[in-house]
Order: sequence, then structure tokens, then C-alpha cells
Amino acid sequence: MSDKIIQMENVNKWFGDFQVLKDINLEVNQKQKIVVCGPSGSGKSTLIRCINRLEEHQKGRITVDGNELTEDTKDIEKIRAEVGMVFQQFNLFPHLSILDNCTLAPIWVKKMPKKQAEELAMKQLQQVQIADQAKKFPGQLSGGQQQRCAIARALCMEPKIMLFDEPTSALDPEMIKEVLDAMVNLAKAGMTMIVVTHEMGFAKEVADEVIFMDEGMIVEKQPTKDFFAKPKSDRTKLFLSQIL
Amino acid sequence: MNKINFLKPDNQNLSIYLYSGSFLFFIAVLDVFLGSFFGMNITSFLPNFISFLLPLILGIIGLHLIRIEFSGIRNLDLLNKHINTNIFNAALTLLIIFTVIKSIPPIMSWFIIDANITGDTKEACTGSGACWTYIKIWLNRFIYGMYPNELQWRINISFILLIGLAFVGLIPSEKIKKFLTLYYVVIYPIIAFILIYYLISGGSLGLEWVETGAWGGLSLTFIVSFFCLIFCFPVGMFLALGRRSQLPTVRYISVGFIEFWRGVPLITVLFMSSVMFPMFLPEDFFMDKLVRVIIAISLFEAAYVAEVIRGGLQALPRGQYDAAKSLGMGYWKMHIFVILPQALKLVIPGIANTFLALVKDTPLIFVVGLLEIVGMLNLAKTNPEWLGFAMEGYVFAAIIFWIICYAMSKYSYNLELKYKTER
Ligand SMILES: Nc1ncnc2c1ncn2[C@@H]1O[C@H](COP(=O)(O)OP(=O)(O)OP(=O)(O)O)[C@@H](O)[C@H]1O
Ligand SMILES: [Mg+2]
Repeated sequence: MSDKIIQMENVNKWFGDFQVLKDINLEVNQKQKIVVCGPSGSGKSTLIRCINRLEEHQKGRITVDGNELTEDTKDIEKIRAEVGMVFQQFNLFPHLSILDNCTLAPIWVKKMPKKQAEELAMKQLQQVQIADQAKKFPGQLSGGQQQRCAIARALCMEPKIMLFDEPTSALDPEMIKEVLDAMVNLAKAGMTMIVVTHEMGFAKEVADEVIFMDEGMIVEKQPTKDFFAKPKSDRTKLFLSQIL
Repeated sequence: MNKINFLKPDNQNLSIYLYSGSFLFFIAVLDVFLGSFFGMNITSFLPNFISFLLPLILGIIGLHLIRIEFSGIRNLDLLNKHINTNIFNAALTLLIIFTVIKSIPPIMSWFIIDANITGDTKEACTGSGACWTYIKIWLNRFIYGMYPNELQWRINISFILLIGLAFVGLIPSEKIKKFLTLYYVVIYPIIAFILIYYLISGGSLGLEWVETGAWGGLSLTFIVSFFCLIFCFPVGMFLALGRRSQLPTVRYISVGFIEFWRGVPLITVLFMSSVMFPMFLPEDFFMDKLVRVIIAISLFEAAYVAEVIRGGLQALPRGQYDAAKSLGMGYWKMHIFVILPQALKLVIPGIANTFLALVKDTPLIFVVGLLEIVGMLNLAKTNPEWLGFAMEGYVFAAIIFWIICYAMSKYSYNLELKYKTER
């Protein structure tokens, strides 16, 4: 098997009449870190949600870790278990404690013994520095702590790929850093990551490649240095001038 | 300016206003009190009209005198802030106080003072108040229906066992805690069914068979309510999930089912269950009418429960589904561990509402000849020896139902508090 862990070939997606993704081609190697940026409504979320099939694509092929994403739901659950996702709105389970949030899926999806799952969860919570909050409920934590818990929860499934959809956009400025730090650590540990974000500092620090999307298309895809130093398209230049 | 200040206390002369205001207020209440309890009218020297309105006028003036922005006296400030903010509120307060005082004597005399409870015939009731003798004599029937007296211990034992077993959840043992949900959802209902089938119904194990037609009274109210509550909840839950299913067949069946049962009156459903339903069954197939009634009510209420639960499901943000799916959970795991616990918690008040309505709907089973407590009352009130005591009967039933429903509503409120985790 090649080390291409995600392959998207000519992926197209419509919401009703509205085409959100137009001929997307993207390959991600193992351990590669990719940052996706672009204006609002350009289809960034839709793109990464297609990778674990939270959205279905209508045309083209998406292959994740050698499995093509199809209608067959049994496979989907297996693939999703290997692809962690972190959302803009955290989406923690408010009725479960932080620890239970982290152990729920390992216990019931991976059939891990409870004790082992709890050890793993505590280890991951330690990594993102909120082990002392384990017994609390999500509603009692700050935004930054919640998002770090969401990262820990995804990591407890020991995924091969991590998807981040604007993980810091709903946070106050002083909490952004703590979440980005956790993500940088994860990147250094060798995780394959696709991150939708407008934090260009983060992109410069960890990304191997940066993708710029507009109107459902990948407009620009370059190694990080080149992306910032010599962007090819005018739209990218305009976008960068606005955001930097 | 002076004029307004004239009747307004300030902190210097507070006590004189306080005393005179309280005095007027006291006179007003005393006047109503004496009139109501002793038929005395201490203002009879005044013209009729004025004498009638005097307590209100005095009361308003009295409350006006003690109305002050801030006095530093805690109770006075509380009073002023909550019920004496202006003339209108003062008048409302007075009217409520007067109404309560006025209505106590007649209620007391009907319930207690002029009521009778001794003796055991209608003739014992000589007073103008309630005839509790009637309730006393019929109490056994109101509780057990036509169930033979010498066999009533079977009902007693079943109910005591069931109530006892309901408290298993309070045992503080980790081992047992794990199985609590299973216990309450599956095992407990099965035990209940076995108890009722073998002990109350009888017919085997050397126990005499008592046909369901003889069951009745409060015990029947409990049996019907209990099983209907237990059955309608899971059915309603599956209907709610079905209505939101991706599979068209499941969705249409659920929608059709819900809309059908919501569209027909319960009394029609009950009538059909006893008259129409057997026509569709094979000749030799027999299903007891109590069972048919319980099924009918359960399905009927399940439609309502389904819509209540659907409301809760819809209130959950899409992110919860996304997060559960992204962790690799399938449909059932996602619903059991993530969606339903939150949705059900949201709809506890709505479910409690439906359940209360269900309990209060049980008297309708009289249409198939089953007489629970209200049915027994109706039967008793037409007994030639006890004609004319309908009022006592209905008041009695109202009190019983109120106790049951109030207990349920308290319980649901406790559940709400227990599962409150956010913020
Ligand atoms: N479920 C949906 N149904 C219909 N249209 C949708 C749906 N989800 C997204 N869209 C549309 O698809 C387009 C792309 O949405 P998407 O969320 O992928 O954009 P985005 O790049 O993530 O934007 P943002 O930066 O605001 O998050 C938008 O125009 C949006 O209105
Ligand atoms: Mg988005």
C-alpha cells in the first residue's frame, strides 16, 4: 500500500442545485499536515466533512486508508473510528463528564475494557493539560478547556488521521493559544492532520502544504513556504493581504 | 406636594404610621372574619352598601399608611415590595385575603363540622355537611372493586411486593447499580406481570381464578395506569425515532401510526378494542378485555409520547450527531448513549404531562365494563340505598387523583433536578 492515506479524485458535491465542491483532487500522505483556508462559504467544512462521510459526495472517489467511501455503512463506521474530528463548536456530550466523554467511544466502539479506556483517557487529558478537570461536566469548563477535551476525546480512539474544522474560531483570543499549542504538540508527534483554520501563524509553524479554496474549488495548493512567499493566483494574494 | 406627603410615612414618624396602618388593616380583617365565622356585623349601624365595602376601604387606607420606599425593617420591606407596591396591588391582596377568610367556614363545615362519619346506613347522615359514612361503607369497593373480600389479601400482597421492589434502585451497591436500567425497563415489568397474572388473576397454583370483570376500584386504576405507562413509553420512543428515520418505509409507517392514534378520541379506541377488535380475531382466540384495554390505551398514549420525544430529538443541535458519528458510533450506539439521554432529559416535563393525562383518562375504561375508582363511584351512587351522595364520591375521587398526580409531578420534578448537569 502506498503511503497516500487520503485520496480524493474529481470529487463533486451538491446541496440541491448548489454545487459546493467542484472537481476536488487532493492527496494526503501519511504524517502530512495540511492547512485549508479560504473565504466563508467556500466549502472548506464540506470538504473535510466528506473525508469521514458526515457529508456524502455525489461524484468522484474518496479513498481513506485504502477503503473507498461508499453507501456501505458498516465500513463507514470502521473508517470513522480511524479518523478523528474536532469541531468549531466543540460538540462535547453535555450529559457526560469529561472522562466519560473520552471513554464512551473506546468502550462501546472499540470494545476496550473500561479500566484500560480510562487510563488511556487520563493519558490524553494529561497531554492537553486538563487531567484535573476529568470529573467535571463540559458546561463547567471554559471554551479553551472544552476544545482541548474534544481533541483528547478524538485522540482516545487512536485515529490515524485528525480533521480540524476551525477549532479556534469560537474561542476568545486568550484561549486560542492553549488549543493551538495542543495541536502543535500533536503535529510534532507525527499525526496526519487536515486543519481548516485562519490561524496563519499555526500554518507557518506546522503545515507541510497550504490549500486555498474559493467557491468550491481548490484555487491554490503549495508547500507552506511558497504559499506565503509567492502565491500564484490573484485571489490568494487578495485573501492573504486581508488576513495577514 | 404637601397633600401627597400628608398620608405618607417617612423614617422619622414611621412608627405612628405603622401602628395606625396596622390597626386599620386589623379592623378590616377582623370585620370580615367576624362576619364570616360568627355572622356578626360590627358595622351594621352604617348603611348597607358602605358596611359591605368598609373592610376594603379601611384595608386600602391601612396598607397605604404603611407603604414606604425603604424602612430597614425586613418584613415590612418584603411586604411592601411584593404585595403592597401600589393601591391596585393592595386591593388585590385584600380581596384574596377576604375571599380565603370567607370561604373557610363553609368548606370547614361541609368537610368536618356538619359532616357525619359514624353509623353504617344512610340514616346516620343527619348533618347538612358531607356524609363520609357513605365513603366509609363503600371504601372497600372503591379500592378493590368487585374482587371477593376473602381474596383481597392477594391484591394487597402483590402491591406491597411491587412497591417494595420499586425501591431496589436505592440500594447503594455498585454491583446492582450497573443493572438498574435493565431492571426497571425489563425485569420489573415482568415481575409485575407475573405477580398480577398468578396472584391477582389466579387460576393456577391452587389459587381461585378471579375474572378481570370483577377487578375494579383504585387497584384497577393502578394496574391499568402502571402497565400503560410502561408500555407506551418504549413504543412512543421507537415511533419518535421511526418518524425521523432515513428509511422511507419506517418513516411513513411511524407517521401513519402516530397520526391515526392522535386523530381518534380515546373513548372510540376503547370501544373499538372491545367490540371491533375481536371480530378480526380467529374464533377460538381469546384475549382478556383488560389486556385489550391496556394495549389500546398504551398505543393511544404512545402516539402522544412519540411526539413529545420527537420535540426533544429536534431540540438537539446537529453537532451532537456529528460528534457521535465521527467517533465511529452507529445508529443505535449514537442514539442510546448520546442522543436519547439528552433528548429524554429535555422532555421530562412533557412526558410527565402525558403520563398525568393518561392516569386521569383511565376512568374511561367504563365503556368496556371495567370499573376503576370513578366507575365504582358511579355504580355506588346509583345504589338505591345510597342515593344522593354523588358529591361526596366525586370529592373523594378528586382527592385521590390529586394525590396520585401530585406525587407523579413531584417525582418528575425531582428527576429533572437529578439529571441537570449543565451550568
Ligand atoms: N446542509 C447544507 N444544506 C445546504 N447548503 C449547505 C449545507 N451546508 C453548507 N451549505 C452551503 O454550502 C456552502 C459551503 O459551506 P461550508 O460550510 O463548507 O463553507 P465553509 O467554507 O466551511 O465556510 P465557513 O468559513 O463559514 O465555515 C455554503 O454556501 C453553505 O451555505
Ligand atoms: Mg466551516
